[in-house]
Amino acid sequence: MASTFDLRLQDLHSKLNGKEVSVAELVEASYKRIADTDFEIKAFLTLNEEQARKDAAELDNQLASGAECGLLFGLPAGIKDNIVTENLLTTCASQFLSNYNPIYNATVSRKLKAAQSVTIGKLNMDEFAMGGSNENSSFYPTRNPWHTDYVPGGSSGGSAAAVAAGQVYFSLGSDTGGSIRQPASYCGVVGLKPTYGLVSRFGLVAFASSLDQIGPITKNVEDSAYVLQAIAGYDELDSTSAKVEIPDYSSSLTGDVKGLRIGVPKEYLGQGIDPKVKESVLAALKVYESLGATWEEVSLPHTEYAIATYYLLASSEASSNLARFDGVRYGVRADNPDSLIDLYRKSRSQGFGPEVKRRIMLGTYALSSGYYDAYYLKAQKVRTLIKQDFDEVFKQFDVIIGPTAPTTAFKIGEQVGDPLTMYLNDICTIPVNLAGVPAISIPCGLADNMPVGLQIIGKAFDEATVLRVAHAFEQNTEHHKLRPQL
Amino acid sequence: MSQSTKYETVVGLEVHVELHTKSKIFCGCKASFGAAPNTHTCPICLGHPGVLPVLNRQAVEYAMKAAMALNCEIATESKFDRKNYFYPDSPKAYQISQYDKPIGENGWIDIEVDGKTKRIGITRLHLEEDAGKLTHVDGGYASLVDLNRVGTPLVEIVSEPDIRTPEEAKAYLEKLKAIMLYCEVSDVKMEEGSLRCDANISIRPWGQEKLGTRTELKNMNSFRGVQRGLEYEEWRQAEVLDGGGIVVQETRRWDEAKGKTISMRSKEEAHDYRYFPDPDLVQIYIDDEWKTRVLASIPELPDARQVRYASELGLPSYDAAVITSSKKLADFFEESLNYTKDAKAVSNWIMGDLLGYLNANSLELDDVKITGQGLGEMIGLLEKGTISSKIAKTVFKTMLETGKLPQQIVEEQGLVQISDEGAILAIVEKVVAANPQSVEDFRAGKDKAIGFLVGQVMKESRGKANPALANKLLQECLSR
Amino acid sequence: MSITIKDVEHVAALARLELSEEEKEQFTDQLNAILKYAEKLGELDTNNVEPTSHVQPITNVMREDVPRPSVGVEKAMRNAPDEEDGQFRVPAVLE
Repeated sequence: MASTFDLRLQDLHSKLNGKEVSVAELVEASYKRIADTDFEIKAFLTLNEEQARKDAAELDNQLASGAECGLLFGLPAGIKDNIVTENLLTTCASQFLSNYNPIYNATVSRKLKAAQSVTIGKLNMDEFAMGGSNENSSFYPTRNPWHTDYVPGGSSGGSAAAVAAGQVYFSLGSDTGGSIRQPASYCGVVGLKPTYGLVSRFGLVAFASSLDQIGPITKNVEDSAYVLQAIAGYDELDSTSAKVEIPDYSSSLTGDVKGLRIGVPKEYLGQGIDPKVKESVLAALKVYESLGATWEEVSLPHTEYAIATYYLLASSEASSNLARFDGVRYGVRADNPDSLIDLYRKSRSQGFGPEVKRRIMLGTYALSSGYYDAYYLKAQKVRTLIKQDFDEVFKQFDVIIGPTAPTTAFKIGEQVGDPLTMYLNDICTIPVNLAGVPAISIPCGLADNMPVGLQIIGKAFDEATVLRVAHAFEQNTEHHKLRPQL
Repeated sequence: MSQSTKYETVVGLEVHVELHTKSKIFCGCKASFGAAPNTHTCPICLGHPGVLPVLNRQAVEYAMKAAMALNCEIATESKFDRKNYFYPDSPKAYQISQYDKPIGENGWIDIEVDGKTKRIGITRLHLEEDAGKLTHVDGGYASLVDLNRVGTPLVEIVSEPDIRTPEEAKAYLEKLKAIMLYCEVSDVKMEEGSLRCDANISIRPWGQEKLGTRTELKNMNSFRGVQRGLEYEEWRQAEVLDGGGIVVQETRRWDEAKGKTISMRSKEEAHDYRYFPDPDLVQIYIDDEWKTRVLASIPELPDARQVRYASELGLPSYDAAVITSSKKLADFFEESLNYTKDAKAVSNWIMGDLLGYLNANSLELDDVKITGQGLGEMIGLLEKGTISSKIAKTVFKTMLETGKLPQQIVEEQGLVQISDEGAILAIVEKVVAANPQSVEDFRAGKDKAIGFLVGQVMKESRGKANPALANKLLQECLSR
Repeated sequence: MSITIKDVEHVAALARLELSEEEKEQFTDQLNAILKYAEKLGELDTNNVEPTSHVQPITNVMREDVPRPSVGVEKAMRNAPDEEDGQFRVPAVLE
């Protein structure tokens, strides 16, 4: 049945409408695949089996009654565990929230419900989305379906691995500094980080509020467009949500990139990039040339400052965002605290893993008295310069293309204990979050049998172009059809 | 504890006023006092993971209105910042407040103490969210947290250190309360916590420029408490200095029952609130059009009314000050004037009978039923001679209790003054006939006897006889 | 600027984290490394650069003052680690 998930969404939709396949069968296929593979992949933290089966039965009844069904109708979906789902555990892969049973739904959770996809379960991640390998999950690391000795990337590692392993039809992830695109790249799937403000953050457990965005992880670009269509749009519950017209994304998938002007930042292909990754990216650019597009090397001169800027801003915001995990109203409270302060200290120290503590420490320090101007304010100013780099390039180019990550997936345990090196993996994705623009990672080949991701970055709210350019590549290559052997 | 001859006192006040919006500042829960614990909560004000704040427009407008009424400059660009600290009454472990771009800055209000007007500077007014409430249980071993109040919009009003005496502090608070009531942005009930006041106080030798070390006073739950707390603290600091000691910079709690301030030895390290702009909220841009619109919604304020009552209506400035100290009272006064032109008479009834009754019974104007229309019409009846001033007292009392209009009361109780000469003459003749001794005394030159006879006429008429007419007819009758 | 174990202890106290001696040393080293790396930003002259706190230039997002239903005490208390009479219970708040 896993092959059912390889069908194009339109085809699967027709089969559902034609009663060739039922929602119940799709849901069972999903759980079967999870049972067969997840003991090894460990993409899931919580399964929603009972409710998913109920939902499937209800949707099948609806189908039988001949009701109109949307494109995501009946599709098995996985949701990253930092997206709040009412009555379904939402742990952020943290011991602190291991028992947290939400009393509300994130806006995207409501939107998926409205689109009538079926939530299969909650997906593993780096604790509170802090990390790029899923090794920071406080429960267990997720493994890369292409090779289980390797990390799936992160922090949306579970979301990427579940799609790559055919456990769900699509998933949602979140991206603060590359957390959708990098795991999509490592797992050979399609991951889209929308423009900041396009998808509501209401119900996304905040890591760095000014950078976080929710986005889809799918097997191909077309599906990405359909899922984005379902979750994008203004939300009155999110003050940073943009009031913009949402186009019909699928109609932008014309395959036409004639005359497209591509900028290729030299900083993304310089020092530290794996030659094989660079080769794949250059090969992809050749494909675009053959389709009538042109590319030129450009510069995003402040790229080298992006990581420091990001870690100061994201950690500062995180130190404040994670302060609410105090053990008073929810979460795991430490046993027998001897005072209120003791309750706070013990609950937080026992509930948070090392990377989370490290970032809270960094952020608290950066915001503390006497250092605000030197760190937080300085980083906000450099952020302006980084954003201006993109504005400049976009005056002359339609999209920016480069690798998603400098390397393919690394081995589990290889980079643990060296936070700075780990942070440097995000050099190509972080500037995009700082600039707030959209970007997609699509498979563009294999290097040593591990997937390579091509990153296509667009202008703010120009997801339509990003998707069109990604789709054109996909139409003319076979990389996205490769599947891991499991 | 009177004003020290040795030291000058310097006080600055930080006042928190709850704005009475219908819903909370960042979520849709009801903002109201007295509900069962945690019934007015939602994921947002409970600080659940993933929630986001959305600003209540009314809260911003109330804050602008309050700032304008305090003569502040209104910011063109304002924003919200996070004030980070851990406390169980603060569910997000940060309070959304305003750090460097408050709604209003550089304002002032005038206060009157001992007949003199003094201007007190307002440093800033900013908008923020209120915290929850803690109740201590198990003999102080545990606390219970009720988050109903979390997210009630507050303005914090910080004064310049321009206040020099506890009396001035009280006058400042009373003026501030009056202004907030005039603006109708808060019900300003200190006992319900909708107005809270902390004070910074220091003393210095007269003539010294440099400020002394200040202490911060908390837990003063009434205007009187503020005054008493400051009186105690200025005395205590003087004792410390006179004893050769130094004043320690610290927070002290006013203990109303003990009548003294007690050091709150800080068990925590110094605060470092790590303010930074809240990334979940966007900048507020206040253009001139918006400012103009809010400005237009501010009614005439107490100072302006006081001046007008004195200059246009000829009220003594003391009466004008008392009546304008409360918007409700001033509105009542003005409503009365729709029914009579005699402002002084209205003022006299308010200053005497009305406030006398309210004070004697510890009541508020809202607690009695009399209306401005009632008082105005009653004065009209007095002017026309329809009722006597004696009857008026009865009518007034009935109005306090029932809210009925005077004409109705007069008719129902048959209180119309008898001004018919024939009717009064009949009573006069009857009284003269029944009191030969007094008549004789009068005729023997004892003028006082006439008073007794008039009294008898009033009694016989059950107070309804026009006293002037009764007197005249008696005189005529006796000199016949 | 180099941070010491004392700084780490102060920051941990502010952040309400209890660190083991080993963690304190580790964080001192790691934070120093990260902050040293962040000194890079000092190379840039940002005197005339406005800080970016929001990438989208949105202002005045406000809701009307209309109450919405609350969730009810049952839900509010559902995840409470310790509860009494519909309130969250914590060790005494000492003054």
